[in-house]
Amino acid sequence: MAKDLVKTLADLKEQEVMEIVKSRLSAGDDPLKILEDARKGMEIVGKRFASSEYFIPDLVYSGEILRAVTELVKPKLSKTTESKKLGKVVFGTVAGDIHDIGKDIVVFMLDVNGFEVYDLGVDVPVQKFVEKIKETGAPIVGLSGFLTLAFDSMKQTIEAMKAAGVRDKVKVMIGGGQISEEVRKYTGADAYGKDAMAGVALAKQWAGVK
Amino acid sequence: MEKKWQEMTSDEKQEAMFQRWMSPKDLQGNDIKFQSPQAEKAYKERITIIKDAIQMKKLPNRVPVFLLPSFFPCYHAGITPRDAMYDYDKLNMAFKKFLLDFEPDTNLTSIGPGPGRAFEILDYKLYSWPGHGVSPNASYQCNEGEYMKADEYDALIDDPSNFFSNTYLPRVFGALDGFKMLPALTGILEIFGVAVNFVPFGLPPVQATYKALFEAGAEALKWIGAVGAFNNEATSLGFPAAFGGFTKAPFDTIGDTLRGTRGIMLDMYRQPDKLLKAMDRLTPIMIKMGVSAAQMNGHPLIFIPLHKGADGFLSDEQFKKFYWPTFRKVMIGLINEGVVPFPAAEGRWTTRLDILKDIPKGKTLWMIDQSDMAKVKKTLGGVACLAGNVPSDLLKLGTPEQVKDYVKKLIDTAGKGGGYIVCNGAFFDEVKAENLQAMVAAAKQYGAYKK
Ligand code: B12
Repeated sequence: MAKDLVKTLADLKEQEVMEIVKSRLSAGDDPLKILEDARKGMEIVGKRFASSEYFIPDLVYSGEILRAVTELVKPKLSKTTESKKLGKVVFGTVAGDIHDIGKDIVVFMLDVNGFEVYDLGVDVPVQKFVEKIKETGAPIVGLSGFLTLAFDSMKQTIEAMKAAGVRDKVKVMIGGGQISEEVRKYTGADAYGKDAMAGVALAKQWAGVK
Repeated sequence: MEKKWQEMTSDEKQEAMFQRWMSPKDLQGNDIKFQSPQAEKAYKERITIIKDAIQMKKLPNRVPVFLLPSFFPCYHAGITPRDAMYDYDKLNMAFKKFLLDFEPDTNLTSIGPGPGRAFEILDYKLYSWPGHGVSPNASYQCNEGEYMKADEYDALIDDPSNFFSNTYLPRVFGALDGFKMLPALTGILEIFGVAVNFVPFGLPPVQATYKALFEAGAEALKWIGAVGAFNNEATSLGFPAAFGGFTKAPFDTIGDTLRGTRGIMLDMYRQPDKLLKAMDRLTPIMIKMGVSAAQMNGHPLIFIPLHKGADGFLSDEQFKKFYWPTFRKVMIGLINEGVVPFPAAEGRWTTRLDILKDIPKGKTLWMIDQSDMAKVKKTLGGVACLAGNVPSDLLKLGTPEQVKDYVKKLIDTAGKGGGYIVCNGAFFDEVKAENLQAMVAAAKQYGAYKK
């Protein structure tokens, strides 16, 4: 049974997933185990996205199924356990830009790969990045942006980190439609990722996981 | 005797549309007078090379060059995007300076920024604009959301106009709330009971909505007067307008501003048949939107920004099932009426090329962003004119030398045998002016075809 949920979720069979979860809950199964299976299913979804078997609609749908599962299971949870995370990442689309599809995908992939992501949303003011870095002590920052104006916002965000004395404590990656190695140099970021998988690889490298 | 429009072939209709573009008229239908014989000659030569590039029947004299930025003309002229949306004199000053400083082969026109005050009167919620949700110095931004709910497909399919007026528009424009109470106008038939349908127009919320519409309309009229005046001036100076209007691929119509990205992607799983049916329903509407704009403006090029069919967005399967069929129908519908579809393949479309090339030859113009240009030329380029691929990061961060080299390479690969227009790939905001100068210069320098 346990195996089924993992596979069914990975295959995006929404109704079957809900049936399995309901029957396991009424059979008195440990809600934490159910969530753990769901997480494993999402991990497979992430892998399939990385290998171009899945695309954005499939990610969006899997996220929706997971949300519904979590809603069913949550009321039965007596205690919440903090699953071990690989590391903290502060992420957002920079000031003046509200393209969020690319950002959401990188956040999704970091999350299913075990990172704790603080998603600040879109059009994020420079100062908000700095504050969140200070508050969480996250060693990794991801900046997403699509407009040419975003190149400057990225640069300013990184300069503000310097001014606030946190630049040495973090590694910064940037990405988004028109971002390139040239833009990386211009903004002073540590790395640029051409897609979500590159973002995950960078985060893993910086967090010291292989 | 001239053939009637309905009797013409699509080739003849296209030819007639190009002829209309060659003999420009103002909004009242009077001929626009050129400022000099040279201006008239330049105007006609520009259209001729664009036409030759698009039709792919003979080699143009040289490769045309377009510049199609987003808010660049404002930054270049030292005004903010906010100024451009609120002060139409400044708007025209900036767009004129842009045209004359760089002299591309088409006029971008000053229609892009739009009338800020009209949006304010209407309480437009779909976008944040400079000084109204985003900084006065930033470009406007779309606030994506589910403005059409998942269970509203039947309403849309049943009567798109009524769905727009009574449901969608009141959500997107706060001031159009009174539209929710509008009767179905098709109920107004004969004297018995007909007056019932006029009752809503007496209700205060509906009257408030009409008042806002009158005010917004007056502002829009003022704005189009200014935009039109600049357009005529640019024409009289020898620069044809870049577009005759725009339309959209039905998947993007629903995915951008009705259901939103998340919404449409869930629908692909949960209610694929309704989504397909709704796109079919919108197809003739999207065709009509493009054809009537082209007719009204006497201009064959109809712009189609393409969003959610790009590489990565959909699998090939999903693309073939959900994106391509109705998008192709829209293009064919336009072509049948002599219109030249001008799709912009935003982002990368390298994996779609073999599908896209299934269109009639010499009838379309494609703006290419980051797709692999050599591959595009080999596939789509066999049947369609290409424009674009000069990257934003190069224009913003590169040197004029690098830009020239890039343009030269593009002309060598994409320009071979005609069918290419030098153009930016993406709608940039702030870039270096000297790089744009280099881009236009390179196009004119390397773009002459040896005959
Ligand atoms: C969808 C879209 C929109 C939607 C936005 C919806 C939304 N919620 O975000 C709508 C239709 C509203 C829109 C509007 C506009 N857009 Co737009 N849009 C796009 C489009 C088609 C796709 C962007 C996208 O979401 N891609 C999907 C993601 C998944 O792919 P991706 O971008 O490559 O992201 C991947 C990687 O880049 C990477 N990544 C992303 N972020 C990060 C961060 C890190 C740290 C790392 C490591 C990796 C990483 O991982 C992602 C997943 O693999 C692009 C063109 C294109 N295809 O790129 C234009 C584009 C970005 N838009 C553009 C413009 C100009 C606009 C407008 C200003 C146009 C206008 N004048 O009206 C408006 C206003 C801006 C706004 N946001 O409202 C331009 C930007 C031009 C430039 N930079 O020179 C583009 C490039 C179009 C073009 N060719 O000109 N847009």
